[in-house]
Amino acid sequence: MGQVSLVEVSKRFTLRIDGEVQEVNALDRVSFTVDDGEIVALIGPSGCGKTTALRIAMGLEAATAGSVKVDGREVTGCGYDRGMVFQHAELLPWLSALENVMFGLEMKGLRGAPLRETAMQYIELVGLKDSSNRRPHQLSGGMQQRVGIARALAIDPKVLLMDEPFGALDAQTRESMQEELLQIHGRTGKTILFVTHDLDEAVLLADRVVVMQRGIVQETIAVPLPRPRGDLGAIRGSSEFAETRYHIWRALHVAPGASH
Amino acid sequence: MTKRQLPAWAITTLSVLFFLLLWEALGSLINPIFGSYPTAIAEAFWDLLRSGQLGKAMVQSLQPFLLGYVLAIIIGVPLGLVVGRFRVLEAALGIYVTAGYAMPLVALVPLLVLWLGLGFAVKAAIVLLMSVFPITINTWLGVTAVPKSLIDVGRSFVASDLTILRRIILPATLPYIMAGIRLAVGRAVVAMVIAEFFTAISGLGAIIINAANNFDTATMFVPIVVLMVMAIGLNWLIGWVERKVAPWQAEIAGRARE
Repeated sequence: MGQVSLVEVSKRFTLRIDGEVQEVNALDRVSFTVDDGEIVALIGPSGCGKTTALRIAMGLEAATAGSVKVDGREVTGCGYDRGMVFQHAELLPWLSALENVMFGLEMKGLRGAPLRETAMQYIELVGLKDSSNRRPHQLSGGMQQRVGIARALAIDPKVLLMDEPFGALDAQTRESMQEELLQIHGRTGKTILFVTHDLDEAVLLADRVVVMQRGIVQETIAVPLPRPRGDLGAIRGSSEFAETRYHIWRALHVAPGASH
Repeated sequence: MTKRQLPAWAITTLSVLFFLLLWEALGSLINPIFGSYPTAIAEAFWDLLRSGQLGKAMVQSLQPFLLGYVLAIIIGVPLGLVVGRFRVLEAALGIYVTAGYAMPLVALVPLLVLWLGLGFAVKAAIVLLMSVFPITINTWLGVTAVPKSLIDVGRSFVASDLTILRRIILPATLPYIMAGIRLAVGRAVVAMVIAEFFTAISGLGAIIINAANNFDTATMFVPIVVLMVMAIGLNWLIGWVERKVAPWQAEIAGRARE
């Protein structure tokens, strides 16, 4: 199981600008659910609160109101039922690729031979067997993010939370990473919630797309593409892809809160 | 075509040779009371070494120096880590660290002598007090420069505060810590000489004072040069340790320069 629900989640910041105190509603009663094994994309312009929502789901930030539940249990902080993939991988620069994966497992309490073996297994899953002893700066951006994914997957979370995981990569690397993520999803069946600002990526990867604007959920759009989605190139040329993409594009361009 | 470049050590050697020659040429023109020059200092060095005076003085000086300096690292690094990490400790202790760095220690030496006497302890204490603050401040600064995102990584794997401090903040801060330890070398050397001037006159500081009182300027320069050479050696040693414990730093930064 691995179902995540955000229930009426709000987040208010107090900003002090030139002595004036401003209340900012980063999130305003945001609710949506990611079902077991489902991939959901959170999309929206920068500042719409999508990353804040993800961080609250992870437990890195606390909501001002509302709650996050994983399989019905309320989230009160970070936990091994959720694995986070960060925007710029955020590997520890003094550790090798393998050691970075081991780090998460060690925190979970693994020791000795199983620790190393499990980490290696996930390094192999993301195709980095031959680079396992390289340090992050000796890896390309795409390889770094693979390690980031392996590190999050290794602790065997119910849910993978990804914050613009491919946003910092070049277009070609991004495409191969997207395919790889779909393959990993096919093999592991993990529930995935990911943040993106890339329309194509949202449609290609997700079962449903949650469109956010100024801290509210504007619309939730189902992607009518079957799984497995083997050939992403062919999907890009399909009419379903174009229609869904256009649908999301429109939702991103209406006035926040307006229905249509 | 690649241009052949002089290695760094060759440039340094040439620079030192040039400096020594210049000093020799100009220094020998001056009355030996008001100045000295390399060959005269080398002669004095040989005399001091042969009489066993220099060796004995070095042992006397280095013992309190090393104790004070090592204690400064042992105290300064953890103190900087917790002051940098915990808001309450920063507010409560940061002010003493900042003030302590600027403390006119020379003025406090008489008081320290009252507390600790004239011997070994007071010298180690003076070295400690002079060198602990740059280490603490640098470590503290390093902690505040650790990217929040790396701490988030630790938190996302449910690491405890202590684990985050030990496994993420400490390694991320290492380059700053090593820089602080390097800066402290200079201050520790100065502290040692101050201690030897103002407490029981002994060690290398004693040679300086006695030679100066006898207007033997060449001999006076011997411990000064010895101390500077020692500081260079120590600095080199710390750099070597840094490359051992934090090799990723040099690899990331890249040392290619014009």
